[in-house]
Amino acid sequence: MEAKTQESPKPAEDRRWRMVNRTMRLHGNEPHALIETLHAVQESFGFLEPDALKYVAGALHVPLSQVYGVATFYHFFSLKPPGEHTCVVCNGTACYIGGAAGILKGIEAAIGITPGETTPDGKISLVTARCMGSCGLAPAVVFDGQVRGKMDPPAVLEQIGRWDSHDA
Amino acid sequence: MTLEELQEIAKIEKERQEGFQHRINVCVAAGCLSCQSASVKEALEQEVNRRGLDNSCEVKGVGCLGLCTAGPLISVEPAGTYYREVTVSDASEIVEALGGSPVPRLDISGQLPFFQRQQKIVLENCGKIDPERIEDYIAESGYEGLYNALRTMTPAEVVDQVVRSGLRGRGGAGFPTGLKWTAVSKAASSTKFVVCNADEGDPGAFMDRSVLESDPHRVIEGMAIAGLAVGASHGFMYVRAEYPLAVKRVKTAIAKAERLGLLGNNIFNTTFNFDVKIRLGAGAFVCGEETALLASIEGKRGAPRPRPPFPAEMGLWGYPTLINNVETFANVAPIIRKGGNWFSGIGTEKSKGTKVFALAGRVNNTGLIEVPMGTKLHDIVFEIGGGIPEGRKFKAVQTGGPSGGCIPDQHLDMPVDYESLAKVGSIMGSGGLIIMDETSCMVDVAKFFMEFCMSESCGKCVPCRVGTTQIHNVLCKITSGEGKPSDIPLLEELGDLVKNTSLCGLGQTSPNPVMSTLRYFRDEYVAHIKEKTCPAGACNINGSKEAK
Repeated sequence: MEAKTQESPKPAEDRRWRMVNRTMRLHGNEPHALIETLHAVQESFGFLEPDALKYVAGALHVPLSQVYGVATFYHFFSLKPPGEHTCVVCNGTACYIGGAAGILKGIEAAIGITPGETTPDGKISLVTARCMGSCGLAPAVVFDGQVRGKMDPPAVLEQIGRWDSHDA
Repeated sequence: MTLEELQEIAKIEKERQEGFQHRINVCVAAGCLSCQSASVKEALEQEVNRRGLDNSCEVKGVGCLGLCTAGPLISVEPAGTYYREVTVSDASEIVEALGGSPVPRLDISGQLPFFQRQQKIVLENCGKIDPERIEDYIAESGYEGLYNALRTMTPAEVVDQVVRSGLRGRGGAGFPTGLKWTAVSKAASSTKFVVCNADEGDPGAFMDRSVLESDPHRVIEGMAIAGLAVGASHGFMYVRAEYPLAVKRVKTAIAKAERLGLLGNNIFNTTFNFDVKIRLGAGAFVCGEETALLASIEGKRGAPRPRPPFPAEMGLWGYPTLINNVETFANVAPIIRKGGNWFSGIGTEKSKGTKVFALAGRVNNTGLIEVPMGTKLHDIVFEIGGGIPEGRKFKAVQTGGPSGGCIPDQHLDMPVDYESLAKVGSIMGSGGLIIMDETSCMVDVAKFFMEFCMSESCGKCVPCRVGTTQIHNVLCKITSGEGKPSDIPLLEELGDLVKNTSLCGLGQTSPNPVMSTLRYFRDEYVAHIKEKTCPAGACNINGSKEAK
């Protein structure tokens, strides 16, 4: 409850908060709506900022510690802002057998970040996934939400290079 | 909604479909969509319009056609032609060939063993109906099972048919579905829940994703029948957030079913009420475990709890809860429509019906298949799967994901059913089959799965949290050439400990990949330890070999 009084009510005119508020309202502001609400926050803002966690804790009457616990337990949630572009390398079994490790090595060598990191200029985030169900097309890589199958290191690096040069 | 109204919808839809001479089905499931099948569909539509054929030829987006490796796939009916790797520029040639002989450059014969050897129950509508149109599902006898269950049977009779069918849980463990339904139906409570486990976390498995993307109504109908049978009026579908398309299609399906009164209050003018809500997973493998899944639906961390009490007595918010897998629910409507005895006539003595498998890894025909229980592994890999690419040698097939084991070629003649797989140290699992050839190092594969279990362990119980880390450390040592001969007995001891003392299925089965590779490929472990070489050339030992 304390968190609620500390946090100023979120402006209803901000579209991003409107979606979060709507999700909570749909679930009757019940504590069990926590995961659904965090999904809404992440969808609106791209990540879970501390301010948002406090607000959700207050609105759903869930201790902030529990909100933080849930936010850090699930891999899908991120507490760090994502880069401008996100490259998700699938590391499921089929993709691993198909050479996902080589793709990751290639990316790491080319842009100098490891999975879970973002380049210092905030341009590219590298993430690994546990399996996206595109095993028939292994190895799969997702570029900004677009799944591409049967990838190899040169093809992936080409796409990443395009991001780099386009926005430079 | 009455039966007459349902039949009227089916009739109108059938007449509409019969009005077309040709139908071009374009796969718009996630696999083919990632190969740009959406623009192929658009190009075909434009081509059909341009030629003024829009009254005689329908271009339809359908669910998974199965052979994912050849995507984007399209099929032409009634000719029964399949085209592979279709691009936008092929559209005019394909439309031109309608009614004549198929385009040879793109044609894959529908006579391939890949298509001929399958028997479809769960996937009967996949690749046939438009997953976003409920009319299409109704035209294929959709929701007839629900009607029969509601208007011509008692709940006890519905449970009896499921018991009779011999259906076993398709999520992996193979618990008899009928027993579960009986337990929940007997639980004394006025509030009960039905939960569909669509948290398909096994890497290498995509059956549930494909079913939800291709035929979502089938699962919803199965859940509604289950609700009727056990006396529940609320259902939850717990879907992975990694499957956005499946979530979208299920949402559409629920909305359409509600609009027609097939979900909601007074379904088919009876007193039966049932609704289905979606809950999104958030990327935790352990949430496939039923008690962890329930915790997650309640908005908590997905940590399992000891059983008993089983969810059938004490589940969601403490109420009796029926949890089944997507594929299990997908089998329910046909069982009610055709009878439990029909279903039990398929398969083996103890494993009834069919099983959907996701073929992936080093095999020519990767994709989705459905075969009767008891089909030989050899037939799946070499006939349906088309063998190993580039003339390489088969080494092992991995079943059951991180909880399963690797099966070597001496067991390929084995029929695929729950008992046989357990006998050779693996499990049925949810149905992912990953085929490995001689370039895969089995120690490395075991390490891969152990790394998976280690990072997915929820951390609640010590054996799983610490044991998986210890096993992983030993495997890392071995694959980097620093292993000692005493490491092998150490692995066996640790595996035994983790298996017997962990709280939930994740921990209990996590040593399986290590144990099964130790059983069949011990020589590879020995080679890493004694000769400091990796026979498959996959491990980076002493910097001598480049990791792949």
